[in-house]
Amino acid sequence: MERHVLVAFPHPDDEAFGVAGTIIHYTQAGVPVTYACGTLGEMGRNMGQPFFANRETLPEVRKKELQNACKVMGIQDLRMMGLRDKTIEFEDEEAIADKLYAVIQETKPSLVITFYPGYAVHPDHDAYGAAMIKALMRLPENERPTIHCKAFSKNCEDFIGKPDVINDVADVLDQKLDTIRAHKSQTEANFKVWDEKIVAQDAELLNWLTKETFWTYKG
Amino acid sequence: MESINKEKVQEALDLFLNQDVYLHLETTNGVYTAFNDENALSVGAYIRNGKINYSIGKITGVGPYRVGLKIDLGWVYAEGLTDWELDDKGRLLLAGHHADGKLAAALQLSKEPF
Ligand SMILES: [Zn+2]
Repeated sequence: MERHVLVAFPHPDDEAFGVAGTIIHYTQAGVPVTYACGTLGEMGRNMGQPFFANRETLPEVRKKELQNACKVMGIQDLRMMGLRDKTIEFEDEEAIADKLYAVIQETKPSLVITFYPGYAVHPDHDAYGAAMIKALMRLPENERPTIHCKAFSKNCEDFIGKPDVINDVADVLDQKLDTIRAHKSQTEANFKVWDEKIVAQDAELLNWLTKETFWTYKG
Repeated sequence: MESINKEKVQEALDLFLNQDVYLHLETTNGVYTAFNDENALSVGAYIRNGKINYSIGKITGVGPYRVGLKIDLGWVYAEGLTDWELDDKGRLLLAGHHADGKLAAALQLSKEPF
């Protein structure tokens, strides 16, 4: 079992679809989990119909959703890193790595979960993952935690192979769905399609939700 | 936010005339546009807290609307605006939303930095 898990993603809700079940497994087993969330998703486009937010109120809405999601997952240590949505790739990478390195030094994780730089589609995902890897590479190899990366770009398997970690999270599916639901501003539309499929036990959707895949980063 | 009332927005634009004000301007079709459709292009442009001073500020069109601001040596412009709000901090928020509530453009003015 892990000693401490550090999860690092740039947007509130990045953890929800592909990692929440894994996080819930750890928190249920009593493993402390720290979530270093880079931004508040300030540039999200969905304002609702009817509107629940505007460009200036959205960050506060998403912050509350993130805090609720952490409650559902049992995460007690949420760090909001104060970056701004859609700007991470333009920041000084060393400066972001410094911030993440400080969290690593403080929490001494045995496992880090982040995006696989170059294979995570959104520029913020790639940049935040790259900064995290940079911070981790500052540690001597024998002190470096295990690194599990998320990748989902088209054809990523041509470059990094198949995921070597597949966690079955079917036993905590309800809590995972509640985590996704907590990010209401981002996921309400998903559930319009999903609710029926979940009742009908749609195999494709359930398989996607209950199998969380990771690539162990080897450098 | 509510649907644009052209007269009221024009009055609001006049509140920011001929003084240094802070501009937020963005337009985007979403980062995932190109991911979801290989033939599509993800496009967007964004400025936050650009300091401007405009001598003409006008809303035009019959809805969706356009807003143009004439600045010292040039222009600021947005189109596709559908909704507006003068928020509790006195900032003018204008946005263009798709029918499903997704933001596609925003033009905002404030006397203090955003
Ligand atoms: Zn994201």
